[in-house]
Formats: sequence, structure tokens, C-alpha cells
Amino acid sequence: MNSSAALSVEALSFSYGGKKALNQVGFKIQPGECTILLGPNGAGKSTLFSLITRLYDTRDGRIELCGFDIKQQTRLALAKLGVVFQQTTLDMDLTVMQNLRYHTALHGMGRKQATQRIQQELERLAMYDRRAEKVRQLNGGHRRRVEIARALLHKPAVLLLDEPTVGLDVPSRLSIVDYVHHLAVEEKLAVLWASHLIDEIYPGDHVIVLDKGQVKANGTVDEVLNATKTPTIKDAFYILTQGEQA
Amino acid sequence: MKLLHYWRAMWGIIWRELWRFVTQRERFISALVRPLVWLFVFAAGFRAALGLAITPPYETYILYEVYITPGLIGMIQLFNGMQSSLSMVYDREMGSMRILMVCPLPRWFLLLSKLLAGTGVSILQVYVFLAIAWFYDIQAPWQGYLWVMPVLLLSGLMLGALGLLLSSFIKQLENFAGVMNFVIFPMFFMSTALYPLWKMKESSMLLYHLAHYNPFSRAVELIRFALYGQLNSQAFIYTLVAFIVFMTAAIIGYNPSKGMMTRKGGA
Repeated sequence: MNSSAALSVEALSFSYGGKKALNQVGFKIQPGECTILLGPNGAGKSTLFSLITRLYDTRDGRIELCGFDIKQQTRLALAKLGVVFQQTTLDMDLTVMQNLRYHTALHGMGRKQATQRIQQELERLAMYDRRAEKVRQLNGGHRRRVEIARALLHKPAVLLLDEPTVGLDVPSRLSIVDYVHHLAVEEKLAVLWASHLIDEIYPGDHVIVLDKGQVKANGTVDEVLNATKTPTIKDAFYILTQGEQA
Repeated sequence: MKLLHYWRAMWGIIWRELWRFVTQRERFISALVRPLVWLFVFAAGFRAALGLAITPPYETYILYEVYITPGLIGMIQLFNGMQSSLSMVYDREMGSMRILMVCPLPRWFLLLSKLLAGTGVSILQVYVFLAIAWFYDIQAPWQGYLWVMPVLLLSGLMLGALGLLLSSFIKQLENFAGVMNFVIFPMFFMSTALYPLWKMKESSMLLYHLAHYNPFSRAVELIRFALYGQLNSQAFIYTLVAFIVFMTAAIIGYNPSKGMMTRKGGA
């Protein structure tokens, strides 16, 4: 296994009862790399995320975060991970600051360090002035920004985002997409972004196409286009996920 | 450093739960209204109907309101324990439970912290209830108010652990109403909260046995004796063992390798 990879998934399979959700899934993500995980509904994206975050048990296959096995070295592995889940996971009745403080406490940060990190992350997302507001008062885009700030507070090496722009208006969506792409480069962060929105892919990104629990493509945008002999990712995605109809 | 991490995380979880409780005024009031209605209406109505013999820890004849008070304290903790687990099912559905579960600490510790937080909230409720009851002339010796504190911690943990265990089995919030009916009400009515054991023995041996082995009965008796500065050691051991059993089962239920999480498809 490549220990330099920030996230490494190898021969991962998972079933719900008799129904196979993931079948021999494998890929690696290097630091500074933004990888978009594309797949139609039911492709297995959420299952994959639940396995990487150890919400489900890895029975077949192996997942490593910065060289730490998620099953054997769970805590060391999870310490390297920042997650933005599909559904909002903020406490609506608490303020932005209280929500973030709760996260820093869970990661064992002292008050001084926590205050400093919260300020840094909120300022980067232009949310610091709204720190005293209750989350309920924020719009969807701003809540997402708070969640991204939260996921970065403990300086993870890998950032997982599970369809974070669903339900957002176009400007909010674009600003989040742009911000995360910058983060990957500037912070040398390995990003795994689950999406089914093709326009969230930048030319320099890596793309993994997941369909019916299997990896159908894995490479840079150009590599995927070449392999499928298509001019756009949209066409490539169509062929890979509905090949027989294409 | 590692210990400090545990300490900070535990306080973070407890603080969040207490803060949420204090700011949710409706929850605070409704948690108090339930036992107070039982005390002011039910107990007052039954006062004449039920004659109580002198049984330990009471040394004189007592009013039914006095008898029922430890049962109502247990009720507060029972409902609170179930409500905490209800909020865990809700958190799991809404996703905020995931934030807790993906933090780099052992799951048993996170669950225990969550349990302590819920118990802290229930103790707060109990003391407010006791203060109101004091003005209603239901007064225990002053030492009883101190003795009852550690006992409330244990009984709260035991009932909370039961709720936690149930929450590990429940997939959806909707299923919780059924559990409330099948767990809370039988547990409460088949206990010594409302009537003493000897009274039940007169009417039904089955009911007597059910109430005798009901862990909720033991928690209520533990509270009843503590309020009078006495330790009911049998009830203490039974409650402690029940807590350990429920907690262990809940931890297994929340363990991704062994528990129900995989089958349920959510955390």
C-alpha cells in the first residue's frame, strides 16, 4: 500500500444483506489533489463515505488515511479526517461559535487554540462577523461555509464532502466549489468530493466514476475523456453509467 | 495530553446538552409539568383511596404524595433517559450524531459522555421538582437532598443506558413512539413508583414478580431510601448491575463491527 497517499482504498466491498453496494472499489488520493466522485443515485457514494468515516465496518478490503488503517488504527485515522456530510449536521439552536467550539472540544483543543483556529477559518470564509448568530438564522450557503470551516478546524489531511452543494443557489455553489479547489492546492489537502453535478469539476481535477458499486473510471479529466473517447465529462459520464444506451 | 483530550471532549458534550436544555424552555417546562400533574392531581385524588402501612424507610404514617415522590423522581429520569435516546435517534436521522461518531475518540467514551450529559440534565430537573414539592409540604430531611445526588447519578445513568440501548435498535424516529408505549409505561406502572410491593402481592403475584425484578423499581427504591439518608444496598447493586448490562449492550449496539449499525445503514 502506498503510504504517501493521503487516502487509500483497496479492494473494498460492502453489502446490505444480499445486495452488493460496493464491489472491489479501489483508488488513491494524493495530498493537494481534488478528486470528484461522480455517480448516479444509488451508485454507492454514501456507503463509501460511511466506510471511510468508520460509521460502517470495513469487512472486505482496506481503507487507509495517511497510512493509518481505519479499522485497526481508527482514532489516528479519524484525526486526519475532516467531513462535510450531505445533511446539515450543525445544531440549529446554538450559535456559529458554539457549534465550532463543540467540534474543537471533541478534537481535544484548548480554549486559546480553539479561538484562534475558529477565527482563522471563519475569516477565510468571510463568516467571522456572524459568529454570534444562531445557525438557524443563516441561509443554506452560509451554513455550508460554517460546516466547511468546522471540518478544517483540526487541520485534517483529507477532506470528505458528500454532495455539499445540494440545494444551494448558483452563487453559493460556485463560491464553495472555488474555495475547496483553492484549499486543496494551498493547504495540500486531499479532497474527495462526492457529486453528481458535472460543472463542479475543474480541468485539473481527478475524477472517479462510480456506478452500481463499481469504479468505472479513475484518472484525471483528460485521462477519462481519452479512455471514453468523448469530448466532455458529461458525455463520458453518460457512457460509463448507461453504456448500453449510449 | 491524551487525558486532557478526553476531559475536554466530555465537557464539550455535557455543556452542549445542558445548554440546549436550558435554552429550550418548552422542554424544561414540559419535563416538570408531567410529574407535577401526577403529584398535585393523581396523588391528591388517590390519597383517600390508598392506605399505606409503615414500611422502611418511613418511620411514621405518610401521605400518598410523600410515597409517590421518589416514583415521580424516577419518572423524570425515565422520561429524560428516553428523551435523550429519542434525541439520539433524531440526531442520527438528521446527521449530527455523525459528527460525534467521527471524532477521534473511542465510541464507548462518546456514548458514556452523552449519557452523563443526559443524566446531568435529569438531575437538574429532579432538584427543581424537589424544590416545588418542598413548598407543597413534601419535605425530606435536609441530608436526604445531599444523599440523593449520587443515587440520582446512578439511576439516571441506568435509565439513560436503557434508552441508549433502545436507540441503537431503532432505525427511525417514527418507531420510537411504539417503544415509548412498550417500555416507558409498562416500566412505570409495573414498579413500586405508585404502589408498594406488598400491596401488589395482595392483588396479583405476577404483577408482584414483574415489579420486583423491574430495574426501575429498584432505582425508585434506591432514591426513596436515599431521600431519608439510607442506602438500600440491594437496590444499589441491582441498579448498578442493570446499568453495566444496558451500557455494555448499548456499546455493542453502536459498535460498527459488532452492532446494529451496519444493518441499519446509518450512524
